Amino acid sequence: MEPYKKHESIAALMNRSNVDTDQIIPKQFLKKVERSGFGAHLFHDWRFNDDGSDNPDFELNKPVFKDAKILVVGDNFGCGSSREHAPWAIADYGFNTIISTSYADIFYNNCFKNGILPIVVSAEQLDKLMAEINANEGVKFVVDLENKQVTTPAGNGFSFEIDPFRQGNLLSGLDDIGLTLIHEDKITAYEQQHKQTYPWLWV
Amino acid sequence: MKKTMYEKIWDSHLVIEVPGQAPLIYVDRHLMHEVTSPQAFEGLRLSGRKVRNPHSILATMDHCVPTKDRDLPIADPIARKQIEVMAENCRENGLNLYDMKNPNNGVIHVVVPEHGFVHPGMVVVCGDSHTATHGAFGALAFGIGTSEVEHVMATQTLPQKKSKTMLVQVNGKLSRYSSAKDIALAIIGKIGTAGGTGHVIEYAGEAIKDLTMEGRMTLCNMAIEAGARAGLIAPDEKTYEYLKGREFAPKGASWDQAMAYWQSLPSDEGAVFDTVITLNAEEIEPQVSWGTSPEQVIGVNGTVPSPDSFDNEGKRKACESALAYMGLTPDTKITDIPIDLVFIGSCTNGRIEDFRIAAEVTKGTKVAPGVKAIAVPGSYHVKHQAEAEGLDKIFLDAGWEWRDPGCSMCLAMNGDELTKGQRSASTSNRNFEGRQGKGGRTHLVSPAMAAAAAAAGHFVDIRKL
Ligand code: SF4
Repeated sequence: MEPYKKHESIAALMNRSNVDTDQIIPKQFLKKVERSGFGAHLFHDWRFNDDGSDNPDFELNKPVFKDAKILVVGDNFGCGSSREHAPWAIADYGFNTIISTSYADIFYNNCFKNGILPIVVSAEQLDKLMAEINANEGVKFVVDLENKQVTTPAGNGFSFEIDPFRQGNLLSGLDDIGLTLIHEDKITAYEQQHKQTYPWLWV
Repeated sequence: MKKTMYEKIWDSHLVIEVPGQAPLIYVDRHLMHEVTSPQAFEGLRLSGRKVRNPHSILATMDHCVPTKDRDLPIADPIARKQIEVMAENCRENGLNLYDMKNPNNGVIHVVVPEHGFVHPGMVVVCGDSHTATHGAFGALAFGIGTSEVEHVMATQTLPQKKSKTMLVQVNGKLSRYSSAKDIALAIIGKIGTAGGTGHVIEYAGEAIKDLTMEGRMTLCNMAIEAGARAGLIAPDEKTYEYLKGREFAPKGASWDQAMAYWQSLPSDEGAVFDTVITLNAEEIEPQVSWGTSPEQVIGVNGTVPSPDSFDNEGKRKACESALAYMGLTPDTKITDIPIDLVFIGSCTNGRIEDFRIAAEVTKGTKVAPGVKAIAVPGSYHVKHQAEAEGLDKIFLDAGWEWRDPGCSMCLAMNGDELTKGQRSASTSNRNFEGRQGKGGRTHLVSPAMAAAAAAAGHFVDIRKL
């Protein structure tokens, strides 16, 4: 996982609530054998017309949002099934930050495993951010995870809360496996003892 | 302190406990199939990591493999891709794979015990919820997600929350023709599909001791349908007898050393469980599920319940929608429900004794007009054993199809499936909407009940045949 660095990026707006994982990545794409490449199918049913062409009415198809790294969305983002394909698709598309009032539990946890920072804001704060994007499409926000701060050109900046353990992992780019491997010496020691106690498992 | 078997296995596999994080436990065996592993392999590649202990892994192809015409190329391009990628991943990482053409091929949870790959006291994982099957050997075995598959490959460990313990005590003797499947369904009927949530179940009592290893696997297999993380049965003489001489079982002096460990595993006398449930085996009739959840199940002499018979609003609603989906009306006798298709197979009931009992019931009968009946052995070894005993002939003479091994109609991913509105008697484990094909209606039963239904064209009480 890439370490999460302070960045200034375009914030894309999708003013929709209860976006579920079936909409984030529709189930016809789950049979793929790759983990990468799901970004091409992110929000597929909204993003593309039946003939496969881009749907110009879909928010993220606006050219100004093309290089956005920040996604500003309505309440309860990521509800539905527990599929890990949803955060894979979001990260693969190029987002590393989501701003919303709330997320589904499993989705929220899965974000951290994929280098995505899900920021929780109040409804009032979200309204301000949405208004700022609407007034000035293509506006860039600065996200500073180390200081838990977001700043915006119109002065709608705020600070946010995040579990310090998760904050540290995002900053260092450690995924769950990396975290476990911090204890690799303990695993190796366990294995040594395991070989003594249960030698028949090692032949 | 007196410990349960679960606590003993947990304690002996604890690698490290870090405050604020889930404890890390060690994994002895990792089982794999083609559907939940490809992204895990890719994740490993992308991060430049390696499989830590290749010898801990055994892989098969089962979910999307065809069960007939295996010599032809696989028609479904996605299935073909999954098969190819699996073969490539196993080759690249030096893993033991029983591919489609291998004489050891079959459904993962049927194949693994056949080779003695799982032993009492192990921690066993697989990207598949029916991993609980291996609890029959007194191993702590549970299903995991794709990122956990990657985690185990890279570290041989898994962060885990400790579960609560539940004792399911089944006293007395099963009547003839009631089986392990009926015990499993009766338990789920009693405690519900959320009954075991957060728990590891240990099954004990006379009826459990009496089960064969195959029967114990059937029972533990469905612990997951009772909501539990895993199911466990204490190892005993039957367990050791089963394991002895199998390919991956300990040999010589190792065997004695292993036995000493295995014999220390059963729960201590007086160990305390968080929850205790008791059933009387004598009261367990052959079961038939009538709804779209395994807890919607009743004895074969019962009738389809009415939504009003439930005092809980949620269950009433669930009954209503299940009846609508299943096309059933309340008070219909279970034995009056006609069926279109019969499936015997899956990791729940695809072992040799399942085909023996089904053949015993099938012998001299004919599949009822309009009914299609398919027998799908859980592995090539099961298939060949059955053929050596002449069971295939009994099925074929009665008008059944006799297939190659695979998951087949258990999840209908390989093209074997129900069409809309078709009704099956199935020995698999899940009767969810669409599980056996879009709009398909599944009734879960034991192999003997399935065989009897094939001949009659509707459910029958096999005890009356
Ligand atoms: S037979 Fe069914 S439950 Fe068993 S592994 Fe295959 S799909 Fe899963």
